[in-house]
Amino acid sequence: MSTAAAPIDVTALRADFPILSRTVHGAPLVYLDSAATSQKPAAVLDAMDAYYRETNANVHRGVYELAAEATARYEAGRDAVARMVGAPRESVVLTKNASEAINLVAWAWGVRTLKPGDEILVTEMEHHSNIVPWQIVAGITGATVRFAPVTPGGELDMDAFAALLTERTRMVGVVHVSNVLGTINPVAEITRMAHEVGALVLVDGSQSVPHMPVDVPSIGCDFFAFTGHKMLGPTGIGVLVGRTAVLEAMEPFLGGGEMISNVTQQGSTWADLPWKFEAGTPPIAEAIGLGAAADYLMAVGLDAVRAHEVELTAHMLDALGQVEGITVFGPRDPAVRGGAVSFSLPDLHPHDIAQLVDQEGVCVRAGHHCAKPLMRVLGVGATARASTYLYNSAEEIDVFVRALGNARLALK
Amino acid sequence: MGGLDDLYQDLILDHYRRKRGEGSLDNPTVAVDQNNPLCGDEIHLELNIVDGTVTEIAHTGEGCSISQASMSMMSEALVGKSLEDALEVVEHFRMVMHGSEQGDEDRLGDAIALEGVAKYPVRVKCALLGWMAAKDAIQTYQREGEEVA
Ligand SMILES: Cc1ncc(COP(=O)(O)O)c(C=O)c1O
Repeated sequence: MSTAAAPIDVTALRADFPILSRTVHGAPLVYLDSAATSQKPAAVLDAMDAYYRETNANVHRGVYELAAEATARYEAGRDAVARMVGAPRESVVLTKNASEAINLVAWAWGVRTLKPGDEILVTEMEHHSNIVPWQIVAGITGATVRFAPVTPGGELDMDAFAALLTERTRMVGVVHVSNVLGTINPVAEITRMAHEVGALVLVDGSQSVPHMPVDVPSIGCDFFAFTGHKMLGPTGIGVLVGRTAVLEAMEPFLGGGEMISNVTQQGSTWADLPWKFEAGTPPIAEAIGLGAAADYLMAVGLDAVRAHEVELTAHMLDALGQVEGITVFGPRDPAVRGGAVSFSLPDLHPHDIAQLVDQEGVCVRAGHHCAKPLMRVLGVGATARASTYLYNSAEEIDVFVRALGNARLALK
Repeated sequence: MGGLDDLYQDLILDHYRRKRGEGSLDNPTVAVDQNNPLCGDEIHLELNIVDGTVTEIAHTGEGCSISQASMSMMSEALVGKSLEDALEVVEHFRMVMHGSEQGDEDRLGDAIALEGVAKYPVRVKCALLGWMAAKDAIQTYQREGEEVA
């Protein structure tokens, strides 16, 4: 967990991110798409580079010095992540991304456990990652996927959620922070309610872990998934934190090297946690990069990261709120929401917004943000989304909002 | 807006602002829905077909400037064409969008203005949306026509 840290000095911190000094179409880069993927500090790039240059070897295999060093760096990456989310190291399983972490649970737990009549309860604000795996598993097992509704204000309808939660519910899948609405869901309360009916809980923390202090054990959930590339780390690495007892009771997801204790012609036994769930040569450099990212974030301080986000989100909501005719989705109070802000304009399609502001160096996302069920609830096909991170400044938001005004004039 | 002249030239914006063929037909011969999985845009296209010729085209739906302008241009380009010719023009437009053919104004009409979209791979899907719907509609008609016969 982070300790209280000094407020972020954006100018100084930006120097850590090589990409932020580039220009796009002749204008300084204004990167407002960190909800899709974050930029990487030199510390992360250097750690990965150093691994390949200095200690490249397969992990958990060789007896020689190089292999020992590679293994130590790989496992140190896991330790840093474990520290960041307050979880014991054996409960931290490294995967390819958040999607694979959720699929791991869907296949290793869901396919083996669920029966016709069982229900999986997710919310209308889930990313496709926390919907589609459950639909696949429901198709195989005869279980049913139910959706807890979102209120017009963009929050989870807790009364409706409570009503949908029954003894038939075996799994609750809920996003911690919505990548579209910014909504922060009360995941500890949801977990407590779900456990009362005997359901397991999987929290998708892809948008929370990068941006705020998160202590997984105090949420109490059974599974917690997140992804490296949104938290300053590289692509190709994600994390599943599981409750140790639940992981112990589960069969493996993928089989292969690394994940076994013994293999005979008659059968195999599994390695200890967390390796039981890590088949094959893992993404070694990526785990090392992720560890460097976690260390970087802890050094800045997750409290400071969150405080900066609240400040920027207040500025974003304020500035966008003054744009004529705009619809901003999600909660209006920056103190109870994350930094992804989706909006739509009556006269300008999200594609055109993203294309036109790009001309002024501004990167924002246009589309359904892998949340098509939520788009339907919001009554739109697509939205534009601006999302900030620790390296963004209020001035960048002003550049973006000015560019938005210019875009509007261009297509008037 | 400097570098975007290709994408947002006057003729395209004119079709975007005043869409040709927007609306519905009373009793269309064939109707299809098409969506752009990238952005979630959904369009509805209706065709009247008389004696193997496309006589009327109407469309509704949401979309960005490129998809809407392209739809409008398609409506003009395909009306009055035989089914075979219409499919041929759609194929030509598709090749132009993929940069493998030079646009032929005689066949494309105003849609020749979209030639520059080929430089923006993400937007090619937007430009093709209405045309792929037209192809789908004609082929649906041809299949069902054969089944009826
Ligand atoms: C809330 C949420 N869940 C899951 C994901 C999936 O992450 P990944 O694509 O890295 O698996 C994302 C990011 O796209 C997300 O925003």
